[in-house]
Amino acid sequence: MAEPILSLTKVHTYIEQHHILQGVDLSFMPGRATVLLGRNGAGKSTTLRTVMGLTPASSGDIVLKGRAVQAMKPYEVAKQGVGFVPEDQAVLYTLSVEENFRLAMLNENETTWARMETIFQLFPDMKKFWRSKAGVLSGGQKQMLAIARAFVNDHDLLLIDEPSKGLAPIVVDHLIESINHIKNHTTVILVEQNFYMASHIGVDYFILDDGRTVHQGLMADLVHDEGLKQKYLGIA
Amino acid sequence: MTTQTATAGLQEQGGTDFKKVAVWIASVGIWFLPLLWIDPTTYAVLTVAGLAMGMLIFLTASGLTLIFGLMDVLNLAHGAFFVWGAYVGFSLLGALQKVGWVEGAGAAQSISSVLLCLLAALVVGGLMGIVLEKMLVRLTYGSHLKQILITMGASLILVEILKVVWSPNDEVVIVPAAFQGSWDIMDVIITKFRVVAIVVGLAVLGGIQLVMMRTKLGIIVRAGVENKEVVETLGYNIRRVFTGVFCAGAALAAVGGTMWSIFKEQIHPAMGEENLIFALIVVIIGGMGSVTGSFLGAIMVGLAFNYVAYTMPPLALGANIMIMAVILLIRPTGLMGKE
Ligand SMILES: Nc1ncnc2c1ncn2[C@@H]1O[C@H](COP(=O)(O)OP(=O)(O)O)[C@@H](O)[C@H]1O
Ligand SMILES: [Mg+2]
Repeated sequence: MAEPILSLTKVHTYIEQHHILQGVDLSFMPGRATVLLGRNGAGKSTTLRTVMGLTPASSGDIVLKGRAVQAMKPYEVAKQGVGFVPEDQAVLYTLSVEENFRLAMLNENETTWARMETIFQLFPDMKKFWRSKAGVLSGGQKQMLAIARAFVNDHDLLLIDEPSKGLAPIVVDHLIESINHIKNHTTVILVEQNFYMASHIGVDYFILDDGRTVHQGLMADLVHDEGLKQKYLGIA
Repeated sequence: MTTQTATAGLQEQGGTDFKKVAVWIASVGIWFLPLLWIDPTTYAVLTVAGLAMGMLIFLTASGLTLIFGLMDVLNLAHGAFFVWGAYVGFSLLGALQKVGWVEGAGAAQSISSVLLCLLAALVVGGLMGIVLEKMLVRLTYGSHLKQILITMGASLILVEILKVVWSPNDEVVIVPAAFQGSWDIMDVIITKFRVVAIVVGLAVLGGIQLVMMRTKLGIIVRAGVENKEVVETLGYNIRRVFTGVFCAGAALAAVGGTMWSIFKEQIHPAMGEENLIFALIVVIIGGMGSVTGSFLGAIMVGLAFNYVAYTMPPLALGANIMIMAVILLIRPTGLMGKE
């Protein structure tokens, strides 16, 4: 079997004195989109933030493409080829859409600008609002900007935290379509509470509960496993 | 396509429009109000003086506002960079005077002398900034109390060292020949160096805006002011960016000090702290983190100080604090601060 692109082994994370992650074990295979599932407060966001070095792991191993990254600063992890789309669609409101993209471009060269063409096809609104401040975009457009921005660098890995949050179903469908396109180029790790979206993107899944990994498998099996969905996700 | 963009923009801003307009009318109104009791000629003289003073305060405030905006650091050592810049410039002017470049020389020497002094202040201020940031400020991230104590302590020490290196007394600064005296334009007396101060202030504003609006570094700094975490996760070492901003801010404060010393034709060790008070008022009026806000604030403070100082001298500083209070009542984040 191939090497995982990212793996977490017995990862523990504290936020202040709170023991949030209490032994997370995950491994992600290159090219296979994986969804992290679990109830609200299960530790999904903290897991992504721990990988990024935003809430550093207090113990355990995080290995990215064969290299230990658990002690790295967020900017160093990003430079290892990881794109991160945080939970709150953190686009920069005071910057124009263009500036948001330029900020995200680690190398402003021809290859990067060529990728912009693909991005404009996937997200036509980005072109339409190119010179507008990101603050005037709608919720869905902000989310698209956040995802497209992370996609601009030809990263090998993209971590996306609950992109569907607060968006209308039609926008969610557009996002699914776009992420499914992105996933042909980049390994996508998606945190998602919206099971519809999760099941339309994920190939593999992990379930977290109370800061631990409690289940893993193929998305195709989970779709029919009412018991598991009921137990950990609260879906009837 | 463009109309859609425009309407989206308008809808978003609609709610704050009225407040914004009110603030703008008030800020512009201040310029003309004094004409009610000051005769036009004097008003013109005071206006030039106020603009010059505002430009020089802006040199200190621009760095201060970015340092606060980017890393949430309250830097009370900024006055020390200012006064060190003033003394470095003063010494260099003294040296240049000995070789006959300052008084009794042509315009070329005068201009070169001032430029050399500004350059020396820039270098010394920048170096002090880097050292202070890496050694001390770095230890205080996240705690305003620590920042206040440590930067105030550093400032006291730097000023004490300055008194030992130079002297604790007032010193007279020689103004280069070409900038001495004034022009008389239809009875309006315009001191030459005030015009120089305005030109230098505008040049610095232009330079800062160019970097902030047209370069990648500017995008990173503006983004950092809004959200550090996002900038970090996009692959930038925000601490290094901050050290750079701190260094540039210190250098600008030192340049401001040199300009101020020639402007006032004298220096004394406490001038840093005095200037810091003005700069802090300006930063608060303009909105923490906004260079444009600081510029507007500095102009307002410079003008108000001069108009009030002419009418009721003891109230000059108080009037500025009043302006600050009124602006904060209308807009708690300052003129251009983030909400
Ligand atoms: N800054 C914080 N301080 C204290 N507790 C936090 C903080 N951030 C998250 N938590 C707690 O950590 C747990 C996991 O949060 P999170 O990772 O955001 O969950 P999820 O993304 O799965 O909904 C929750 O119980 C939450 O209350
Ligand atoms: Mg979450």
